[in-house]
Amino acid sequence: MADSVTRVARKERTLGPVLRIWVVLVGFVLVAPTLVVIPMSFGAGSTFQFPPGGWSLRWYGEFFGSKQWLASLANSVQVGLLAAALATVLGVAAAFGLDRARFRGRGAVRQLLMAPMILPGIVVAVAVYGVFLRWQLNGTMLGFVLAHTVLGVPFVITSVQTSLAGYDPAMERAAASLGASRLTTLRKVVLPLIAPGVTSGFVFAFATSFDEVVIALFLQTPDLKTLPVKMYESIVLEIDPTIAAASSLIVVCTTILLLVPQILRRRSDHDR
Amino acid sequence: MTDDHRSGITTAHVTKEYPGIGRPAVDDVSLDIADGEFMTFLGPSGSGKTTMLSMIAGFTPLTAGSITVDGQEISGLKPHRRDLGVVFQQYALFPHMTVARNVAFGLARRGRPRAEIERRVADALEMVGLAALGDRFPRQLSGGQQQRVALARAVVYEPRALLMDEPLGALDKKLRDQLQREIARMHRQLGMTFLFVTHDQQEALTLSDRITVFNDGRVEQVGTPEDLYERPRTLFVAQFVGESNALRLNPGEVTIVRPERVTLHSGTGAPAGHQRASAVVTDVVYVGDHSRVWLRYGDGTRGCAVLPAGAVHEHRPGADVVVAWHPEHQAVVPDSEPDVAERVAS
Repeated sequence: MADSVTRVARKERTLGPVLRIWVVLVGFVLVAPTLVVIPMSFGAGSTFQFPPGGWSLRWYGEFFGSKQWLASLANSVQVGLLAAALATVLGVAAAFGLDRARFRGRGAVRQLLMAPMILPGIVVAVAVYGVFLRWQLNGTMLGFVLAHTVLGVPFVITSVQTSLAGYDPAMERAAASLGASRLTTLRKVVLPLIAPGVTSGFVFAFATSFDEVVIALFLQTPDLKTLPVKMYESIVLEIDPTIAAASSLIVVCTTILLLVPQILRRRSDHDR
Repeated sequence: MTDDHRSGITTAHVTKEYPGIGRPAVDDVSLDIADGEFMTFLGPSGSGKTTMLSMIAGFTPLTAGSITVDGQEISGLKPHRRDLGVVFQQYALFPHMTVARNVAFGLARRGRPRAEIERRVADALEMVGLAALGDRFPRQLSGGQQQRVALARAVVYEPRALLMDEPLGALDKKLRDQLQREIARMHRQLGMTFLFVTHDQQEALTLSDRITVFNDGRVEQVGTPEDLYERPRTLFVAQFVGESNALRLNPGEVTIVRPERVTLHSGTGAPAGHQRASAVVTDVVYVGDHSRVWLRYGDGTRGCAVLPAGAVHEHRPGADVVVAWHPEHQAVVPDSEPDVAERVAS
């Protein structure tokens, strides 16, 4: 009775009413503080107010009118894109290597590549600062990109490895036997299959870089700072609701970004 | 098959050694596979049969030797230049493509015009009985259907030969029988050289024109199913292909008699001119169309006799019997190391 077994299994998976309320509650506690900044960013007063006394776009005007804010936003986007691209190239190669090759110390290599995800950010930051001081990379775009690439690689490895898990290497031999060269096989078989994993890896790597503050605080100079660094300074030095506008922008952008892989995955499920 | 210079597949002294492993995986194998022949590589796991197929397909480089297809040396060619079809045990269909696009893959790589591709894909799907499923994705199909798609995909561009690596290994018994018949039908219909790898001797006997029996990287015997069954040349072949009574009547050699060829007698009823040996019945199994009597000979060797349905007999476990057979139904093979039987069983 396969049908009834399926039905029983499905029943098991639906949530009871108490659990449902609990889930909503936990979700609210996690998300609500983040969402508070959005109404605050539309406030009319010159201090943080929740709920705001009046409404205005004043702080968005302030944000987009300020050279400093815009420069830091541009820096963040640039560092994020470059770091994500580099992390994607390295991470995809590493994921393939870890998946295919059987070599001594494979586990250790994997742990090493994943370490930035586990190590406390401040430890990494101090270490990076020390090394970059010697290499004269502090305060350079290259320095930011390299440091954030290291942070992004684990995300790419994880997501590509997930898409390689259901991947049968015999497919590449099948493609070859059917007359496809290595390059054609890569283009027609391998890449389409790992594309969702690569995309979400790229997005995670970008998002990681985009809101990274600890390392960026060490690497920054007055001439080159990323958006989170600028936000930190603004809250320490000025306390001005422009930061609420900046936060809102970041929240909205990263949320949209993180939804992209979800949507992609749902669509590819649909195709199948 | 319109080509008139087809001469099948020839391997000469093909050897594969892996560094650090003493015994070659494939050791000096020379075979002639005729054009249009259904050849099966049969052997236990680790016997070299799959490695041999993989070298012909081009996935594994040779250590030594040569492989020619229709007179052309192919051992230096990349797999995608060999013009062979390959079917894998786990189907290896492309999950992101529809069934039709999977089947079209080989034709598209050969740059065939779209109309021709559509027509031939439809024909190929028709041949494997999946004409209606071209728009499905592989994961919407059952295992048996997926393997049919893989078969269609591997023959649609009329390769020089179809290589199959345990293609029925992942399917249950009923589907296996069904697909066996379909593969046999495809072979008759296409007249293509089929190269089939299996560890299942029943499958090999059912399908093949000829069988190559592999053991420890070497060829034990090449022959028709009847050759292997009735005239095994080594103890390994006798024990791997079918059941047998292996009797050590003379030193250094083993007499092989198949279970259908022996008769059982209590006391002195054995016909004149027959060979005989005494044994104890250990078990009697009624199988419907026949009964199987399991025996233990004086030296401890196990054997078995098949009695036709309806034959009246009074053999019960524990009874002493005389096993008799006509000398023309026996095969005498050289005795080999005694652990062969255990290796076959494992």
